[in-house]
Amino acid sequence: MATIIIPTPLRKFTDNKAKIITSGKSVGESITQLGELHPDLSKHLFKQCGTLQSFLKIYLGDRDIKSLENEETPVKDEDVISIIPAIAGGKTL
Amino acid sequence: MSDIKFSKEELERYSRHLIIPEFNIEGQRKLKAARVLVIGTGGLGAPLLQYLSAAGVGTIGIVDFDVVEDSNLQRQVLFTQADIGRPKVEAAKERIEAQNPHIKIKTYNTTFTSENAIEITSNYDVIADGTDNFPTRYLVNDLSVLLKVPNVYASIFRFEGQVTVFNYEDAHGNTGPNYRDLFPEPPPPGLVPSCAEGGVIGVLPGILGSLQANEVIKVITGVGDNLSGRLFLFDALNFETRTLKIEKDPDNPLNGKNPTITELIDYEQFCGLGIEKKVEREDVKGIDVATLKTWLEGAEDIQLIDVREPYEYDIVNINGQLIPQNDVLEHVDEISSDYKVVVHCRSGKRSADVIELLQDKYGFTNLYNLEGGILDWADKIDTSLPKY
Repeated sequence: MATIIIPTPLRKFTDNKAKIITSGKSVGESITQLGELHPDLSKHLFKQCGTLQSFLKIYLGDRDIKSLENEETPVKDEDVISIIPAIAGGKTL
Repeated sequence: MSDIKFSKEELERYSRHLIIPEFNIEGQRKLKAARVLVIGTGGLGAPLLQYLSAAGVGTIGIVDFDVVEDSNLQRQVLFTQADIGRPKVEAAKERIEAQNPHIKIKTYNTTFTSENAIEITSNYDVIADGTDNFPTRYLVNDLSVLLKVPNVYASIFRFEGQVTVFNYEDAHGNTGPNYRDLFPEPPPPGLVPSCAEGGVIGVLPGILGSLQANEVIKVITGVGDNLSGRLFLFDALNFETRTLKIEKDPDNPLNGKNPTITELIDYEQFCGLGIEKKVEREDVKGIDVATLKTWLEGAEDIQLIDVREPYEYDIVNINGQLIPQNDVLEHVDEISSDYKVVVHCRSGKRSADVIELLQDKYGFTNLYNLEGGILDWADKIDTSLPKY
């Protein structure tokens, strides 16, 4: 079980929820469960081939999961998973 | 560094720095000798410029192509009502020179591009990135790596902000991560709304820009541990802060194992913008605001649809039928397929997307995009309307 923190730009896909608790035993299971709860979000998290989008990072605590065991990284009850998006501010493109 | 001298006035002005033991006159000398380029004179640029000039950074360069607008004043506290319509760099220079006459200000009233970036930046030791779009973020990052200049970074969205120091070489000669280690690619256009669409709480750039100014001062003076290799996140809504580690990516195309980027590239194209604009314009018929006015005053039936959000409609509207972009498919039966239908939004982008969708999915042939959107209508047809 872990708490996933949803960043502001993606909250429109989670009914504006900032935190979602999942019961997965690994980061991958937790994120998959998040995607099942909010299917529109999962389209934005992963590319068609299933890999994470390059403009997002997933952290467990203060560590990038790439420096741990990626999606296989185990999670404990009190763990916090953060989805970190690239944000630029300002201008209408 | 000991050849940097201060006048009596300067010593008095900076005395609160001079009496901090780990900062002292050495730190102040480093600030006076430093040349900092602030890119973007918006919400982040305002506190950055004010605190860097107040602190006594000897030379400050300011780059911005824009002019001051009403909608800037909610957060860009460097400017006053009287500055509306003036080039931002000009108004900023005037304001900070009045704050501190002992420093040099250089202005560049131009868009920062791959063509002029190297020439401008080669005169500076530190970059502070206060820009507002992905192409310039990647341009600034690549430039900082190619020129070996640290890039003090802050970015904001609605209630959320990020700060870090990229490409910082420490005392042992080790260079920290850069933007491409964190985010190899930008999001596709349209996924992450901009501040103009998504909004930003006015105080947020003040907070993040102040933190950014503090990091610039630490990078220059070497005082304390700066944010190199760490990403500071601030959520103003829930008041939560987090500091995450940024790892270097061996696949970084700038300075990873096999670098593929050795010079500045076309960043509009890299961010998918050039391509998107072309696709968008090909199939969508557009009309300007003057044509819409003629149509509305004519005898022919015209349906006007506004695809913005209800909270935007409440700010200003031109009596269009409100069907927000994301609800269009559910309300497709309300859109006429017989007479001319003009679709509009704020500036013309969302409405073009909606028209493309309706044409592709239902084969509509009678849809027209209002180019420039309600903003252009407020500029040219009914100037009593507010712009946002």
